[in-house]
Amino acid sequence: MSTPTPMNPQSGEHTDPAENVENAIELKEVEGLSQGKIVLRRFVRHRGAMTAAVVLTGIVLLATTSIGWGPIPGWWQFNYRENLPIVNSGGAPTMSFDGGISMGDHPFGQDNIGKDVFALVMRGTQQSLLVMTIIGLVASTIGIVMGALAGYFRGRLDNLLMRFTDMIITIPIIMIGAILGVLVGGASPITLALALSFVTWTSMARLVRGEFLSLREREFVDAARVAGASSARIMFKHMLPNAVGVIIVNATLLMASAILLETALSYLGFGITSPDVSLGNLINEYQTAFATRPWLFWWPGLFIVLIALCVNFIGDGLRDAFDPRQRKIPSQRKMAKG
Amino acid sequence: MLSFLGRRILSSAIVLLGATFIVYMLLAYSLDPLEELYASSAPNRDQLIQQRIDLLNLDTPAPVRYLSWLGGAAGCLVGQCDLGSSWVTNQPVVAMLSSAIPQTVTLIGMSVVVALALGVTVGIASALRQYTGFDYGVTFMSFVLYSLPSFWVAVLLKLWGAIGFNDFLADPRISPAAIAGISLLGGLVWQAIVGGNARRRATTFVIAGAATAGMLTFITTTGWLLDPSLGPVVIGILGVAIAFGVTAVAAGLRNRKALYSALTAVGLGLALYFPLQFAFVNASALMIIGFGLLTVLSGVVIGWLFGGPDRGQSMRSAAITAVFVAILIFVDRLMGVWEVYSSSSRIAGRPIATIGSQTPGLTGDFWVETLDTYTHLILPTIALILISFASYTRYSRASLLEVMNQDYIRTARAKGLSERVVTVRHAFRNALIPLATIVPLDIANLFGGAIITERIFGWTGMGTLFIQGMNRQDADPVMGYFIVVGTLLVLANIVVDFVYAALDPRIRVNA
Repeated sequence: MSTPTPMNPQSGEHTDPAENVENAIELKEVEGLSQGKIVLRRFVRHRGAMTAAVVLTGIVLLATTSIGWGPIPGWWQFNYRENLPIVNSGGAPTMSFDGGISMGDHPFGQDNIGKDVFALVMRGTQQSLLVMTIIGLVASTIGIVMGALAGYFRGRLDNLLMRFTDMIITIPIIMIGAILGVLVGGASPITLALALSFVTWTSMARLVRGEFLSLREREFVDAARVAGASSARIMFKHMLPNAVGVIIVNATLLMASAILLETALSYLGFGITSPDVSLGNLINEYQTAFATRPWLFWWPGLFIVLIALCVNFIGDGLRDAFDPRQRKIPSQRKMAKG
Repeated sequence: MLSFLGRRILSSAIVLLGATFIVYMLLAYSLDPLEELYASSAPNRDQLIQQRIDLLNLDTPAPVRYLSWLGGAAGCLVGQCDLGSSWVTNQPVVAMLSSAIPQTVTLIGMSVVVALALGVTVGIASALRQYTGFDYGVTFMSFVLYSLPSFWVAVLLKLWGAIGFNDFLADPRISPAAIAGISLLGGLVWQAIVGGNARRRATTFVIAGAATAGMLTFITTTGWLLDPSLGPVVIGILGVAIAFGVTAVAAGLRNRKALYSALTAVGLGLALYFPLQFAFVNASALMIIGFGLLTVLSGVVIGWLFGGPDRGQSMRSAAITAVFVAILIFVDRLMGVWEVYSSSSRIAGRPIATIGSQTPGLTGDFWVETLDTYTHLILPTIALILISFASYTRYSRASLLEVMNQDYIRTARAKGLSERVVTVRHAFRNALIPLATIVPLDIANLFGGAIITERIFGWTGMGTLFIQGMNRQDADPVMGYFIVVGTLLVLANIVVDFVYAALDPRIRVNA
C-alpha cells in the first residue's frame, strides 16, 4: 500500500500509523464509488458467497438447459417420464471415474422401472428452484408492503397489521403449509408457491416495519414531506431504498427456508405430488429403496443441500456486504508494509 | 407490571382466537370427509353420504361450526375440555392429545437440553477463537446443518446410525486405518479449539491424537462395546478431570477452596459408588430424581462447608461437579444392563431402534426399560439436535462477539480482571440474554415442528396426530394439535417478553 497519510485531516494531529493505514485502505476502497458498487465489491471479495453464487448459477443452468424448460427442448437425451431399458444391473449409475470421467447413458442411474434419475433430479430441481424463486419474490413483496404500511402509518393500522402478522406466526409454518398444500391439491408448483407465499411473509413484514419505524424519524423524510411528496412516494421512493440491504438479505434467507419448506411438504405428500416431480417427493418415493438403490436417494438430497447451502452463503455474503460496520481488516503484514 | 401482563395476555388471546378461526376455515375448505364416499360404488352411496353429512354437521356453514367448536374449546378454561372427537376412530381429541403430548415431550426434551448445551459451548468457543480455522470450520458446519433437509438426515441416520451400527455391533472391531483416521481428526479438532502458538498446537495435537488412538484400541481389543462399563476407576479419573475443568471455568484454579470442594464432591461420589449399586437394585424414576436433587444439595453443602470469602463460587463448582459425577454413575449403571438388554430375545443383538418409542413385549427392571427408552430416543434426538444446534451456535457466537466489543468489557479488562472473569462473568452472562429469548420460542416451534422426525421414526406424538388427521380428512384432531401448539407458542412469546425484562435492565415493562 503506497498511500501514506501521516496527518489526520480532521484534527491535524499525528495518530497511530497502523490506524492511519487502515483508514487509508478503507478510504481508497470506497472513494468515488456508489453504494451499489461498494456492496458489489465487498460481495465479490467474500469467497464463500462468490463460490456459492457460481455453484448456484451452475445448478440453475444445468437444471434449465439439460431437460429443457416447458416447450423448449434441452440437450439431455431422455426425459423424466420415459421408462427406459435398464442398462446397469439394478439401474446403477453409469458414471465412472477410472482413468478419466465417463458419463455413460445414465450418469445418476435409473430407478426400478428404468426412469433416468438425472432427468428426474433435474426436473425436481427445476420445480424446487421455481417454487423458491416465486416464494422469495411474492412473500417479500407482501412482507414489504405490510411492514411499510405498518411502520409508516403507525397507530391503528400498525396495530391491525401486526396482530394479523402475529396470527399467521402462531400457526406452525409446516402445518399451514400442509393445509394450503392440500387446499390447492396437486396443483402446479406455481399455485403451490403462491399459496405458500401467503404464509411466509411474516418475518419480512416485522423486519421492514422496524426499519421503517426508525427511518420515518429521519430528516430526509421530513424534507420530502415538506416538499409535498405523497405518502406512497415517500415510502417507496425515499424510504424503501434505505432499507434495501435488510430486505435483500432477509429475502435470501427466506428463499433458503422456502426450498426446505417445499421439499419437506412434498416429502410429507402435501406439496408437489406425483406424477409431477420435486426433490422432496423423489426422496419420499425412493426412501425405502435406499438399501438396494442408494443413488435414488442420494442425488435429490444432495441437490437440496447444495441449493440451500448456496443460498444461505449468498445471504451471508450479502449481509456482510451491506453492513457498513464490516471492514476488511488488513493483515498485520500489510499494515507493517504500509 | 400486572397491567402489562394483563394487556399482553388479552392481546395474545385475541391473536390465538383469530388464528384458530383461520385454521378452522382453511381446514373446512381443504379437507373433504366425503371424498372417499363420492368415489365409492356402494349401492347405498347417497344414504351413506347423507349419514356422514348429518354426523359432521356439514350442512351448517363452517363459521357456525367453528362457533360450536369454540364453545367446546372454551370449556378448557373451566376444566371441561371438549375438543370434539375423531370421526374415524370415534376417539375424543382430548384423549388423543393426552397420549400424544407425553410422547412429544420425551422426544424433544432431551434434544433441547443437549442442543442448547452443545450449541452454546461450541458457539462461545468459536467466538473466542474468531477468525481462526476452528471458527471458520464451525461457521461452515452450521451453514451445512442449516441447509440439511430434516427428512433426508433422518433417513440417513436410520440407515447408518441404526442398521449400520447394529451390523457393526455383531463384530465390533475398528480397523487400524479407521483408528488412525479418527485419531488424526480428533487431534486436528482439539489443536484448533485450544489454539495458541505452533508449539502448543503441536503438543495438543499429539496428546489428543494419542489419547483417542489409545481409547479406540482399548475399545476394540476388549470388546468394550458389547459389554460397556466405566467402573469406579474411570469414574474417578474422569471426575477429577471434570472437577478441574469446572473449577477452571466457574471459579478459576487459583481459588483453592473451590477446587478442593469440587474434588471433595468427586470423592463423595466415589465413596458412595458401591453403596449406591445396592440402592439401584430396586430403582424407580422417583428415586433417581430424588438422588439427583440430593446430588445438587450435597454439592452445595460441600461448597458451603469449605467456606471462605467467596462461598458462592465453591458451592457452584462443587454442585456442578457433583451433577457430572452423578451422571457418570448413572450411565455406568445403565451400561451394566447393556449386555442383558442387547442379548435379550426381543432385541437380539440389534439395540439401536428405528421405530417407535419402546420395544413391544420387552420386560425388565427399571434399568432395562430406561435403556430401552434411550436406544429409541437416540436417533430422533440426534436428528432434532443437528438442526437446533446450528442455530444455537450461530446465535451464541454472534451475541458473544457483540458483547465482547462493548465498552464495559474493555473497562473490565482495564481494571485488571483475569480473562476468565471477563469472559465468564461479564461477557458470557450478557451474551445469554438474547439466547434466553429464542429458546422458549424454539421449544414451542419444536413441539409443533417435530412432525417429520416423528413420522420417520414412528413416534405417535403430536406430529402423528396432525398428519393422520390430514390424511383421514379428520379436522378435529388437527384443531386439537393446533390449539396445543398455538397456545404454547403464544405463552412462549409472553415468557420471552418477561425473561427479557427480567434479564436486561435496559428494558422496563412498566413504560
